[in-house]
Amino acid sequence: MIRHLLSTADLGREDAVRILDTAEEMSQVSAREVKKLPVLRGRTVVNLFFEDSTRTRISFEAAAKRLSADVINFSAKGSSVSKGESLQDTAQTLAAMGADAVVVRHPGSGAPARLAAAGWIGAPILNAGDGTHEHPTQALLDAFTLRRALAGLPASGPAEGDRARGAGLDGAQVAIVGDVLHSRVARSNVHLLRALGAHVSLIAPPTLLPWGVHTWPAEVFYDFDEALAAHDFDAVMMLRVQFERMHQSFFPNTREYTRLWGLTEQRYRRLPAHTAIMHPGPMNRGFEICASAADAERALILDQVENGVSVRMAALYELLTGDGTEAQQ
Amino acid sequence: MSSTLIRHARVLGGEERDIAIVDGRFAESVERPDETIDATGLVALPGLVDLHTHLREPGREDAETVLTGSQSAARGGYTAVHAMANTQPVADTAGVVEQVAHLGRAAGYAQVVPIGAVTTGQAGQQLAELGAMAASAARVRIFSDDGQCVADPMLMRRALEYVKTFDGVVAQHAQDPRLTEGAQMNEGLVSAELGLPGWPAVAEESIIARDVLLAEHVGSRLHVCHLSTAGSVEIVRWAKERGVRVTAEVTPHHLMLTDELVRSYDPVYKVNPPLRTQADVDAVRRGLADGTIDIVGTDHAPHTAEHKCSEWTAAAMGMVGLESALPIVMEAMADYGFGWADAARTMSARPAQISGLAEHGSLEPGTGANLVLVDPAAHEVIRPAEHATLGRNNPFAGIPVSTRIVDTFLFGTRVVADGELRGPHATARGGQWIE
Ligand SMILES: [Zn+2]
Repeated sequence: MIRHLLSTADLGREDAVRILDTAEEMSQVSAREVKKLPVLRGRTVVNLFFEDSTRTRISFEAAAKRLSADVINFSAKGSSVSKGESLQDTAQTLAAMGADAVVVRHPGSGAPARLAAAGWIGAPILNAGDGTHEHPTQALLDAFTLRRALAGLPASGPAEGDRARGAGLDGAQVAIVGDVLHSRVARSNVHLLRALGAHVSLIAPPTLLPWGVHTWPAEVFYDFDEALAAHDFDAVMMLRVQFERMHQSFFPNTREYTRLWGLTEQRYRRLPAHTAIMHPGPMNRGFEICASAADAERALILDQVENGVSVRMAALYELLTGDGTEAQQ
Repeated sequence: MSSTLIRHARVLGGEERDIAIVDGRFAESVERPDETIDATGLVALPGLVDLHTHLREPGREDAETVLTGSQSAARGGYTAVHAMANTQPVADTAGVVEQVAHLGRAAGYAQVVPIGAVTTGQAGQQLAELGAMAASAARVRIFSDDGQCVADPMLMRRALEYVKTFDGVVAQHAQDPRLTEGAQMNEGLVSAELGLPGWPAVAEESIIARDVLLAEHVGSRLHVCHLSTAGSVEIVRWAKERGVRVTAEVTPHHLMLTDELVRSYDPVYKVNPPLRTQADVDAVRRGLADGTIDIVGTDHAPHTAEHKCSEWTAAAMGMVGLESALPIVMEAMADYGFGWADAARTMSARPAQISGLAEHGSLEPGTGANLVLVDPAAHEVIRPAEHATLGRNNPFAGIPVSTRIVDTFLFGTRVVADGELRGPHATARGGQWIE
């Protein structure tokens, strides 16, 4: 049982598997004609977004609505008060309005953790992406999608049978490629994939790897081709890389980046047939990922988006109903 | 004529003896004192001297004033504090430094010694009027752009050379600006995990290495503010062996706290330079114990609640520390054979010497009667809410300590009695420190 969802580092294997199993239940709801469960009727979920992200906000909004919660979207970006005042004031305002859960997206690492700990609001806090720290529901939906694929099930859509249920990702070989340094998706994935038993390889130029990455529970490669030769990957997760990084000398230019760390046509063809291609979106086609890879049948990129709703339903359910066992009873 | 006799004080923690004060100075003895104080069980130290205090006035009187900062100093056992130049306006002219010194006398709780900016507006472009500040009534001898690094090597060289005119010293905030763009905490395993942009040790060490070589080349005095890394200690040790005229400072928080605390994302732990690793803490403790690091400076940096009650990335950098400095230093140094004489050396005598304050840092008859009496066997807990500073950004809340500041004497006036403010020195009514 978890009180807030701030970091996947706080999730044990049992917690993670329980949330993924709940998400399987939720995937059934999304397939129904009436896509609603009454479990959060009368509860208020606030989407508190200090940073634009229409994709993530819509996904959380759909998730909350399918659980019959009331949803308030609160965009705090560009607010005139100083940043610091607005976080405390906003939190206290939401508390006064009776928010039952707050989904927070913030450009600064740690802002959701601060909201959870500062005492301004007592409601559960769900981290929807904070700075370059974490994005736990993205990692959960990645794990959900991968678990389906490894079980040979359709990567999205309603649950078909029980084969994925209760399982982790034991023995899976997963590559995470790109800007690990600035990626909240990578941090959340490293923790969660490890908790679920997968073997993680991080592939990036040294400039885009965090200091001390050799102490992380992952194998590190500077050379993409060497990594592809070393492992038979079940999944290759490409991270979004911002073009602007080249102006800060993280790499010389986009051409060289693509040549060395992009999932190019040549590398795509080299992948074994079973290797799933994943990307948290939005993609830079032709930069970190070539069009053939992005549009391939084994690309699970749209499945990831679809599964996001089920996983976020499960996360909200977990936080707002105490634990995941109620749904299954 | 006024006189005080302090009985049975353990001077620097040693033998019990009596301390006589006559007309604001220590005296050999006193007949029929006006006031007699029984200091049995208390340790007597020369009044503490802080080379690194942000008093915020002029400009940010909502965060601290010279009066509240002086009161905080007195309650911490300090009789002299050096006011950093990063006020609004910046203390870069004779007018501003004289105003700050005047506000200190008007407050009357500690001698406030202004530090002048090295460059105009601390903008790092051209030298401020160092000579005018030195010649002013404030007699500025320490110059610093603290808050900013004098990053331009040519400008640093010129500043080091120029202050030789009046035996001044440049106090450097060592931080390479390019290596610390957007930095939020120490760069290391914790920053990597927390996803906060890192402030690498090398950004401090590379500036210190450059500056000790510059100081050696031009034969000038350099003071390194708030040194925070193991590598910095090594560089200063190396420079001192070569005979470079360098002095170094460490803060109580860098002696006590590590970057593991940032995992809470509580901005009370956000400070510049940032909290480092346990290996760095061990190294600065050893450096202070063996004399490589000359002094403890508080870097007392009050901020209003709005600037700290926020998310980490939006919060201001800085911690207050005048009222907790001595107790925290004694706890931090407990395993390093660091006694009361070492506290007196690093927190009073040596800083007074660096600044050229003849009336502070000594209990010798004839010098200013600046003195603190401390209870060395107290059972206290740091309680920031009870402190005199306006800043509540004290990172030591709840830490148990065995040192309590009992009395502070400022040029013979008992400005703190039994831990409470008793009233200001006569300068607050227009008098002189010593009539
Ligand atoms: Zn500084």
